Amino acid sequence: MSLLQSYAPIWPELLIAVGAMALLMLGVVRPETEANARAIGWLAIAVLVVAGWLTATQPAPAQTLFEGAFIVDTFARFMKLLVLGGSAVALMLAFDDFADAKTMKFEYPVLVLLATAGMLMMISANDLIALYLGLELQSLALYVVAAFRRDSVRSSEAGLKYFVLGALSSGMLLYGASLIYGFTGSTGFATIATVAKGKAVADNIGLVIGLVFLLVGLAFKISAVPFHMWAPDVYEGAPTPVTAFFASAPKVAAMALLVRVTLGAFPGVAPQWQQVVTFMAIASMVLGAFAAIGQTNIKRLMAYSSIANVGFALVGLAAGSLEGTQGVLIYMAIYVVMTLGAFACILAMRRDGGPVEEIEELAGLARTNLPVAAALAALMFSLAGIPPLAGFWGKYFVFLAAVKASLWPLAVIGVLASVVGAYYYLRIVKIMFMDEARPAFLPVRPAVGVVIAVAGLFVVVFVAPFLVAPLVDAAEAAARSFRY
Amino acid sequence: MTIAGGHLLSLITFLPLAGALLVAAQNREAVGNARWIALWTTLLTFLVSLPLWWYFDKSTANFQFVEEARWLGPIKYKMGIDGISMLFVILTTFLMPLCILASWEAIEERVKEYMIAFLVLETLMIGVFCALDLVLFYLFFEAGLIPMFLIIGVWGGKRRVYASFKFFLYTLLGSVLMLLAMMAMYWHAGTTDIPTLMTAKFPKDMQWWLWLAFFASFAVKMPMWPVHTWLPDAHVEAPTAGSVILAAILLKMGGYGFLRFSVPMFPVASQELATFVFVLSIVAIIYTSLVALAQEDVKKLIAYSSVAHMGFVTMGIFTFNQQGLDGAIFQMLSHGLVSAALFLCVGVLYDRMHTREIDAYGGLVHRMPVYAFCFMVFTMANVGLPGTSGFIGEFLTLLAAFKANTWVAFLATTGVILSAAYALYLYRRVMFGELVKPSLKSIADMNWREIAVMAPLVFLTILFGIYPAPVLDVTAASVKKLVANYEAAIKAAQAMALQ
Repeated sequence: MSLLQSYAPIWPELLIAVGAMALLMLGVVRPETEANARAIGWLAIAVLVVAGWLTATQPAPAQTLFEGAFIVDTFARFMKLLVLGGSAVALMLAFDDFADAKTMKFEYPVLVLLATAGMLMMISANDLIALYLGLELQSLALYVVAAFRRDSVRSSEAGLKYFVLGALSSGMLLYGASLIYGFTGSTGFATIATVAKGKAVADNIGLVIGLVFLLVGLAFKISAVPFHMWAPDVYEGAPTPVTAFFASAPKVAAMALLVRVTLGAFPGVAPQWQQVVTFMAIASMVLGAFAAIGQTNIKRLMAYSSIANVGFALVGLAAGSLEGTQGVLIYMAIYVVMTLGAFACILAMRRDGGPVEEIEELAGLARTNLPVAAALAALMFSLAGIPPLAGFWGKYFVFLAAVKASLWPLAVIGVLASVVGAYYYLRIVKIMFMDEARPAFLPVRPAVGVVIAVAGLFVVVFVAPFLVAPLVDAAEAAARSFRY
Repeated sequence: MTIAGGHLLSLITFLPLAGALLVAAQNREAVGNARWIALWTTLLTFLVSLPLWWYFDKSTANFQFVEEARWLGPIKYKMGIDGISMLFVILTTFLMPLCILASWEAIEERVKEYMIAFLVLETLMIGVFCALDLVLFYLFFEAGLIPMFLIIGVWGGKRRVYASFKFFLYTLLGSVLMLLAMMAMYWHAGTTDIPTLMTAKFPKDMQWWLWLAFFASFAVKMPMWPVHTWLPDAHVEAPTAGSVILAAILLKMGGYGFLRFSVPMFPVASQELATFVFVLSIVAIIYTSLVALAQEDVKKLIAYSSVAHMGFVTMGIFTFNQQGLDGAIFQMLSHGLVSAALFLCVGVLYDRMHTREIDAYGGLVHRMPVYAFCFMVFTMANVGLPGTSGFIGEFLTLLAAFKANTWVAFLATTGVILSAAYALYLYRRVMFGELVKPSLKSIADMNWREIAVMAPLVFLTILFGIYPAPVLDVTAASVKKLVANYEAAIKAAQAMALQ
């Protein structure tokens, strides 16, 4: 077996890393024009698609590399496909918007590729050091893209905020990791799992502190309450296509990492982390629901919406069961589609003076552009969790797991928070359908239009057996990667 | 049964959806097309639903026209009807063409979207009554909120936004708790199949919680006092056809839910909580009737009278005997016809004068004799005059309540008197007296389209009042089985308690 073949599990990551460097070189050599930047962008999407194909065709049984530090199992492949899809679509959404702002530079696709490579590393990380490397590769690239519109004060501010808080969270994560290493004697998840079980270990305060710090670090990345403060500011300040990217792929990767750490490394002390996860789930759902009510900027609103969504996904993790993990996977898959669709609609909010972000600007959209209004309404009803739309099924499966685990306070508070959340999603529908029309937006760009149409159709048709059943089955197979 | 290849229920359910897609494909300016397609779709759906009546086997309480298909693991796509649900399916398909006709000229803006919303709503309403799987039921039950939210919010009156939000959030709040209860039922019984769950025999403590969670949803939908406050707002602000559907069909989902879930699946809890339901029902009957007396808005008055009439339904259901259940079902059917007709009557006036203030009218009988006749028939039916369909349901439920608890029957009967008071008072103020208002001098009687809408309702209201047997025959077997199962479950529970 040649060296290359023995690295088969990591081919997608290698391809993206090599592709990113090759495109960087290409960008440097070619003249710095918008057309070239776009070409590099499409090449980057091609790299992501090929990486997706490589991931999808990997064999089903779990494989490990580098002394067990890197693992590819069904769970990893499921999450990687989500991340690759999310990155590719978010990249596609960016070109026209960046071109409008005269900031279409070839560095953007390269940075997205590097971030994506980091995310894939995170998802496959089976060791504290691999975890940290993946996380930092992702984060460093994301800090830069948050501040990508460098002549804009808001964008720079967003990048700086994200960097400072991100660095803080990385520090906490490292501190937790070092404690865990100290008390278990290993950085590998498999070894930690064999050591960290039983009553004596569960009462070991050092290990528990380490675990909590690790969870805090990851909670920052998924913007779970009470570590969510950066999200609204960064979502609002970053260029909209970048926000779309932030809200989709990195959330999936960080959630995958959280699942991997809790179920892969600490199944033996489940009650310890379940408390933390339950608290974060409740706090995120409730705060996300209430804080979004007063928002007037649609990107800020989506930030709170994503905080609430993370809370709902955590409900599944809190159950700590096969059904729970399955619920998390289904939830994240649907969440990515809904979020990208919603941000595509936000990108369609353009007037002669440039993009607009106030929710009021959507007034009367049903009269001026019914297809976009209908798609956004479907996405909003879906985010609110109204059946038969896709968002309902995400909530259905996480709450199904919570009910099975008899987590009644979590389940009841969760569904009540979803009713509160329904209010602000309905408000957007109301503004589009029931208010006096404002002047029409500029025509929708093809790339944006395709994403809106696909996402809108997806949430509506999702209930059909040929869509919902395969996803649920795939999520179940992926959830079986862990032992419960 | 091999009609339509054994997929008759699916055909009835999804035919309106197909019509909605066809309307969606039309040009926005082709308003006539949208109207005609919607009318023909609903008429066709009604025709296709008639075989249900002819081929229905009245001798069995089992579900009929059953269809089952794989969907999602334990969740099946399972449809079927018994005597109770069949009535509501046909009531829905019967009323929809009338609603489309009633909206013919009343809706002038965004006609295409309006028709799409109505057709989608029809699919969802029929689905609720046909679903034999918990999740499928919930899907149809909740999804109906979306079109109704838009119908009230887009085509409604002045305070439409407030009314639509209140309607949506109230109903959603009740339903999410029911969803959790459904999940708990699934984990306990291992299935979401409704016929199987009817025999699942949940432990007593669990029944209490499940009953309360389902009650939260159905009580809001019904609506029962004190969670009825969304209804007057929604009714007043909704366009005429929206009010019709709301009163005639959507409210019945609550009663249907009690009959399909609460009583057969949680009999012990139902028995123990029956007094609680009686109290709420009595308060609804007396209090909302008094509130109705004080209303200045015609639609609001009818809305409060709906709440009072639904009080008879819940009272009848929770007597758990043949007369009570028969009466409750009949009352729902009758209310479906009568309240629909009353809202259509208000719509006739509103289209002409654009006001629903009672004081704005008076002496209409001089200019609108045909209208006055129709309105009188429905007013009498609303009062519960013998010879109209309203009498049968109220009489049976009161009879049953008398058997169960004399005081309940006594108090509920005062509701009949109060209903006569507010309904006749309304009729007098709108119809009789001198025609003095100058704006009413030139008001025209009903045109042919409006008469075509009213005629079948007048006919059925009187027919069912004189000859209720067809309806009672259809439900007899299902009701008998429901009562028998309930009594067996209670006996078993008492035997358990004695041991």
